[in-house]
Amino acid sequence: MISFDFEYYRPQSITNAADIFQTLEESGKNPVFYAGGTEIISMARMSSITTGAVIDVKEIPKLKAMEFNGDDLVIGAGVTLTQIHEANLFPLLAQACARVADHTIQNKITLGGNLCGTIIYREAVLPLLLTNAYLVIASVKNARRVPINEVFSKRMQLNRGELLVQVHIPRNYVSCPYVHVKRTKEDKIHYPLLTVCALLTDNQVRAAFSGLVNFPFRSIEMEEALNDINLTLEQRVEQALNKLPATVPDNLEGSAGYRTFILKHLLTSIVNELETGNVTNS
Amino acid sequence: MLQILNESLIELHINGEIRKALARPSDTLLFFLRERLGLTGAKPGCENGDCGACTVLVDGWPVKSCLMLAAEAIGHEVTTIEGLDKVPIQQAFVDKFAFQCGYCTPGFIMNCQGLINIHPDASDEVIHEWLQSNICRCTSYQEIMEAIRSVLPSQ
Repeated sequence: MISFDFEYYRPQSITNAADIFQTLEESGKNPVFYAGGTEIISMARMSSITTGAVIDVKEIPKLKAMEFNGDDLVIGAGVTLTQIHEANLFPLLAQACARVADHTIQNKITLGGNLCGTIIYREAVLPLLLTNAYLVIASVKNARRVPINEVFSKRMQLNRGELLVQVHIPRNYVSCPYVHVKRTKEDKIHYPLLTVCALLTDNQVRAAFSGLVNFPFRSIEMEEALNDINLTLEQRVEQALNKLPATVPDNLEGSAGYRTFILKHLLTSIVNELETGNVTNS
Repeated sequence: MLQILNESLIELHINGEIRKALARPSDTLLFFLRERLGLTGAKPGCENGDCGACTVLVDGWPVKSCLMLAAEAIGHEVTTIEGLDKVPIQQAFVDKFAFQCGYCTPGFIMNCQGLINIHPDASDEVIHEWLQSNICRCTSYQEIMEAIRSVLPSQ
């Protein structure tokens, strides 16, 4: 049970959502955009957040889109992880979505919620980082289409009142050979000790990670090391490990040494699988 | 634009009927079902989306009602365990002894019913994937697996 009161709004258009956000903001309601709502409800129940109004955006038509349009696969921010998995239009993203939380909660979590939430893992972002996806972001002032790498740095860098509307994934990436691996400490349903998404494009391996450090990331420096054909595979992996963007944490989920041990072996097998064309996903 | 500013009479489609009751905008669907409508089949467990005891169907898909606002359900079809009328999975739970204390049973049955409706051709891998959303403290997992296998046409 949520112990405090808030107002509920369900706008039918982006303009309507942006306008009502501004109005509520100006009246001191501290509104939040609400899609799947799993994180907001959990945190509200614990009184970790308070708000005077939630704006439920997931039924706005543009946020429900999921289709190929021209050179892009367009997925609305209100599409659930289950819908992405079931449609399987981009298998790497479908697999990443199918390993977030559990199946029933995937029926509620949206792509936008996974990207914009406060839980640090945000595993759905990994395939988007690898494919140079674009994000459509709207506010009361305008709508803009920006490369994900300009907006996602450790977490989504949205301004107050901005709403993630859609993700546009270049079509040429959706059928690239890929590997998705998630390792957890215990059960299958758990936060990742380490999740790796990798794909092969133009004979180059790209890789993005969650759980390894305190934010999801793709590292161009690590990829350059992994793709250095002048070195042995073992040397390439060692070079990549030296280019991690942050210190690997020691915590109850796993020691830094254990995470690094898993990473080293996963990178070796993933690069080998992609380069030899012998891909087995897990 | 739908808006609910304070405690108001809301109208939901539940188990094939239109049900009206007062709700705060911040009431979860679980709270609304149990405390406002007296539909106590959906059980409060963790109330954090972990245990699955509160699972109901929304437009045919299993959803943890502790992680959904009652207001969100406006315009959607909600089915609770009270809305199932002697469907095969209920008898299968009896036949396979798929419960002990029974507290998790409504949630498991609703999840199973969702799977039966949406993926009647489910493989063991898919069944496992779906059932991992619910926890049985009495560890009747094997019997629950046998129950759902016994009613899936593909099995």
